[in-house]
Amino acid sequence: MSDAALIWSYLASKPLLWLCATLFAYWAGDALFRASGRAPFANPVMIAVILLAILLEATATPYASYFEGAQFVHFMLGPATVCLAVPLQANLHAIRRAIVPIAAALLAGSFTAVASALAIAKALGAGPQLLATLAPKSATAPVAIGISEQLGGQPTLTAVLVLLTGMIGAIFVTPMLNALGLTDWRARGFATGVAAHGIGTARAFQVHDTAGVFASIGMGLNAVLTAFLAPLVLHLFQ
Amino acid sequence: MVAALAIVLLFQLVGEVVSRALGLPLPGPVLGMIAMVVALALSPRLGALIKPTAQGLLQHLSLLFVPAGVGVVAHLPTLASHGLALALSLVGSTLLAIIVGAVTFTLVARAVGSRDDV
Repeated sequence: MSDAALIWSYLASKPLLWLCATLFAYWAGDALFRASGRAPFANPVMIAVILLAILLEATATPYASYFEGAQFVHFMLGPATVCLAVPLQANLHAIRRAIVPIAAALLAGSFTAVASALAIAKALGAGPQLLATLAPKSATAPVAIGISEQLGGQPTLTAVLVLLTGMIGAIFVTPMLNALGLTDWRARGFATGVAAHGIGTARAFQVHDTAGVFASIGMGLNAVLTAFLAPLVLHLFQ
Repeated sequence: MVAALAIVLLFQLVGEVVSRALGLPLPGPVLGMIAMVVALALSPRLGALIKPTAQGLLQHLSLLFVPAGVGVVAHLPTLASHGLALALSLVGSTLLAIIVGAVTFTLVARAVGSRDDV
């Protein structure tokens, strides 16, 4: 056995390599995102996922071996969800002042996101497990992954669908709402946070500060509502 | 930093235990988040303690999605066989949800006289 093979067999059996690769891939994705002027289509997570997928394919590494290293990063999703309480609590006064439209838009937007996603997918032949995987996709990723697990979906596929949802929202929201002539920044931001979570919220902050604050409120509230709503709506479609 | 992380993990731990003990549909971290909103409202000292750690973690929130996202390699067959259904479902539902949410907010705000002056 050559030295290189010995080194590889060490690396392949320990979490260090893939933990390292995950951080570097994200670093590269983030650098490209900044270089593109924060274009929605240059999403750093998507870039990191593509780089790592190519690397896994090239080294014939199964996802389970990769995850042994990456699980340390994955684990932090739970604490990060708890930490979402900080911006949510900081904006409680803004929530109280617009509580009625917030409640109405939250219910309407969240229900539309889950029900229309399931209706379209079911009409095109998606099975029960795929519907469970799809149902929480408008919630922020750590929450959506947790809901998907509890509904019997595929959490890792949910994560991918969540990212795609955020990117779709971020790309289309501004031209679409301009065309509809909606000028209330609270309404625009809030609806974006509900439908397109953190990636939509990041986009909203680029367009207008008020939109950004309301988007983060929408994202936080929808994380909670989706946990209740997704199982109920899913039940109607399964 | 250690104290903040310990407190955040404790809220998650309590959330997980309550979620499982009561068989709730809410994931443990979401319960922990709700409990944390209440705790922050009650104690400004707690806010000062965990804020730097929370902001640091949330600044790099997208990094945390990467390991689960790489799981796409295990789902390429599903994505290929249901590509059209998933693509139309994601685009259709996301755009519909934004429109319905924004129109509802605007109409209800107008009806109750809530103005855009934050």
